[in-house]
Amino acid sequence: MNPFSSGTRLRDMIRAIRACKTAAEERAVVRKECASIRAAVSDNDNDYRHRNLAKLMFIHMLGYPTHFGQMECLKLIAAPGFPEKRIGYLGLMLLLDERQEVLMLVTNSLKQDLNHTNQYIVGLALCALGNICSAEMARDLAPEVERLLQFRDPNVRKKAALCSIRIVKKVPDLVENFVNPVASLLKEKHHGVLLTAMQLCADLCILSEEALEYFKKRCTEGLVKVLKDAVNSPYAPEYDISGIADPFLQIRLLRLLRILGHGDADASDCMNDVLAQVATKTESNKNAGNAILYECVETILSIEDSGGLRVLAINILGRFLSNRDNNIRYVALNMLMKAISVDGQAVQRHRATILECVKDSDASIRKRALELVYLLVNESNVKPLTKELIDYLEVSDQDFKGDLTARICSIVEKLSPDKLWYIDQMLKVLCEAGNYVKDEVWHALIVVITNASNLHGYTVRSLYRAIQTSVDQEAVVRVAVWCIGEYGDLLMNNTGMLDLEEPITVTESDAVDVIELAIKRHTSDLTTRAMCLIALLKLSSRFPSSSQRIKDIVTQSKGSLLLELQQRSIEFDSIIEKHQNLRAALVERMPVLDEATYSGRRSGSVPAAVSTSQGNALHLPNGVAKMADAPLLDLLDLSVDEPAAPNSSGGNFLQDLLGADISSSSSQSGKIQAQKSGTDVLLDLLSTGSAPAQNGSSTPDIFSISQDNKTSISALDSLSSPMVPPVQASPITGGSPMDLLDGFGPNPPVPKDNGPAHPPIVAFESSSLKIIFNFSKEPESPQTTLIEANFTNKSSEVYTDFIFQAAVPKFLQLHLEPASGNTLPSSSSGSITQKLRVTNNQHGKKSIMMRIRISYKLNGKDMLEEGQISNIPRDL
Amino acid sequence: MIHFVLLISRQGKVRLTKWYSPYSQKERSKVIRELSGMILTRGPKLSNFVEWRGFKVVYKRYASLYFCMCINQEDNELEILEIIHHFVEILDRYFGSVCELDLIFNFHKAYYILDEILIAGELQESSKKTVARLVSAQDSLVDAAKEEANSISNIIAQATK
Repeated sequence: MNPFSSGTRLRDMIRAIRACKTAAEERAVVRKECASIRAAVSDNDNDYRHRNLAKLMFIHMLGYPTHFGQMECLKLIAAPGFPEKRIGYLGLMLLLDERQEVLMLVTNSLKQDLNHTNQYIVGLALCALGNICSAEMARDLAPEVERLLQFRDPNVRKKAALCSIRIVKKVPDLVENFVNPVASLLKEKHHGVLLTAMQLCADLCILSEEALEYFKKRCTEGLVKVLKDAVNSPYAPEYDISGIADPFLQIRLLRLLRILGHGDADASDCMNDVLAQVATKTESNKNAGNAILYECVETILSIEDSGGLRVLAINILGRFLSNRDNNIRYVALNMLMKAISVDGQAVQRHRATILECVKDSDASIRKRALELVYLLVNESNVKPLTKELIDYLEVSDQDFKGDLTARICSIVEKLSPDKLWYIDQMLKVLCEAGNYVKDEVWHALIVVITNASNLHGYTVRSLYRAIQTSVDQEAVVRVAVWCIGEYGDLLMNNTGMLDLEEPITVTESDAVDVIELAIKRHTSDLTTRAMCLIALLKLSSRFPSSSQRIKDIVTQSKGSLLLELQQRSIEFDSIIEKHQNLRAALVERMPVLDEATYSGRRSGSVPAAVSTSQGNALHLPNGVAKMADAPLLDLLDLSVDEPAAPNSSGGNFLQDLLGADISSSSSQSGKIQAQKSGTDVLLDLLSTGSAPAQNGSSTPDIFSISQDNKTSISALDSLSSPMVPPVQASPITGGSPMDLLDGFGPNPPVPKDNGPAHPPIVAFESSSLKIIFNFSKEPESPQTTLIEANFTNKSSEVYTDFIFQAAVPKFLQLHLEPASGNTLPSSSSGSITQKLRVTNNQHGKKSIMMRIRISYKLNGKDMLEEGQISNIPRDL
Repeated sequence: MIHFVLLISRQGKVRLTKWYSPYSQKERSKVIRELSGMILTRGPKLSNFVEWRGFKVVYKRYASLYFCMCINQEDNELEILEIIHHFVEILDRYFGSVCELDLIFNFHKAYYILDEILIAGELQESSKKTVARLVSAQDSLVDAAKEEANSISNIIAQATK
């Protein structure tokens, strides 16, 4: 080293940093070094630039900011000598990334170095370009790289080939320039060149259909021969890895053959023999051999059918699966997922082994195996598989339970053979992992329970047992509370005993105990407590003798700080106390919840038909607003302070409470009368303070006709007013007084409004053009939305050659149907329609969006308009 | 394609990072933090693959160092293990039974070697011998240049005496 050198040597700096005992000390050393490097930078010090950059790289690795060194890299690269360039390029690759603008400045130096006479300098430039070049640089320097593919030294050719991969990935239009040079590289003998050329060839084939066709015809046979030679080659120490000749080369050959053979019977035929040879001859006791076998299996599975080979491939996977090495089992599971679509039966044979893998101690393996099991479940094996999974749920890791429950629930919902089994399995899952179960899963369970009328007794008794042992699982508590509220009476008298069931003795006070425990438990949240209150109200009617005790429990919530609970408990208290006569009718059983409506709702689409009131004379008007809230959810609406609450919880809540009666007793007019008076009182109770205001808030929702509004409020109002607790200030004014009783009686059945579930939107509008989207849904596939686009021309000239194009993000799939025409008359006097079918893979999470481009000719001149549509409602 | 290569010591110190896909500085340190948390805590008998953000990270431990490479879902994990081993063997030959200290004090040499093995996240050379030959040829170019510089500065020093 130069005796006059200033600052420390690299080695000394590293030592100093390593000697630091605390982070603060380290920061101090680094700060000092950075200061001296900055000083050197500003002095434009040439002698130590080299060393300073090396120091900076080390500092960079420790995670400190080093942006001030970026220009130093460029200076070193521009220097003439090899040592400076070498460290300069290293710094460039380490300190910069392709998004920094400084990078553009290096293009010129790179160009010179790519033309340098020293092949190592050319190599440095190719390496840097291949690792960090941006699209602009790729375009500028592609001709140089292309030329270097024919350089005399193979070590430069191989670097140029890899560099070309980056170039074509950045600028796919350049693909065709590389096709011919690659074809000649593929004929070479040098392993490095072959490896890299095959990699480039694979990428070209992925990017361009034409390149793929070209290579299929010209290179398949040659590559098959290379692979044959590689497999049969004698021992070559240079390329040998644990007894296998150049596994890297073989793997790349297999990968390229897979691309060439996919969907091409001739090409596949040509490679059958050699694939069989690889599959049978490769030793599987070392990782290198297994890597080749793994690649070979994948190739066999993706090329065109050849029965014998596939059996061979699946057998290899079977062998992998029973291997003791976790890595091998992992890749086997991975590959079996792909094999399922090819030969599901063969994969089924390994089911038992796969199921064992779900219980593995390795999270990666568990995850793969679980996905695979999920794919393997069908009607015939659902029972034993579910049993295994649920048994495992008891002992599984906490962080795996979420995944596992989601899968089990999905399997049970999808494939359950009967309701009893469904309910049993779900209860087991709830008891084991109720806290991991998503809300819609237990909502669905309740829907199923209401539909299984012969199992009500059995279910409520099972739940009663379950809640004793699994009181810490919120979901169990909720379902149990709901069922005890509904079917509490079946708990006492063992109604509907199933053969397999053991009788239990439960007293009324036992049942109330359960609810009391749940409402008082400190971990219960608002939803659970609200459900408890409703259950208590129902039980107060089902168990007349416990009425007083229930009233006491309800009263305790009167002081709740949660407004919703406070309000409900006050209301329920007064129902229990003062309205014995209508209470029974109020808390009748819920009507059977319609599964189709619910499942439709769950998947986000709005069903066309309403299900709560089936074909009775007294139709409650179910407008769109109502349909959007399925009955089950209405009860829960209690707990949600949504802006829509006055409408839906006032109207629908009532409707649900009363739904059964109204729909079942339309013939008995006397009883109706009684209910109606109950209705009114309840409406008052549940709605805002004053009667007029309440009309304003909830009647439009219930009675869509305004004629009744003129009738003045009757005696009923006076009946209800005194006991209406002034809980809320009236938010709405201006509703005209109206007799609710009158409102109910003569109100003719209001025709159901089955109008468009989703209002059309103006998707795009410019000064010359307007696009309106009309939406429709297929109930069976909620992910799919049909859009009818309607184009109108706002200008005074006719558009010809009208073309509409759209592009969507990855989570969407778009299918455009032909337009109704390509000429758009002027001044909105006509329109073109075109249908779009969009499938949203992230339905419910992301809303549909698209970029659009419209081209047309105006007086023979090409016009182009572009835009983005992102105002499509999320529920589509 | 390999998206990045990381060498992390058992204490979580970064010994080498190479990024073949664009990650900003901020993302880079986040990735390193996330992965070292995941990988360093894994037990010894588990598989060498970690699924992470839709990618797979293949790692292998050699003495006190973890060699990690991040690849696409559809890539061949077993081959990546071989590439890691290939890299380690070449380092071993170059340094003569390599240890962590070699890679700390000669970190730039580790990078030079890696640059002869991978470009653009793809394997460049399957022969260890060729890689070793290319690296030493470039090293000798540097040495020659240094000697020349020294001799010139000696001449100048003598001339100015």
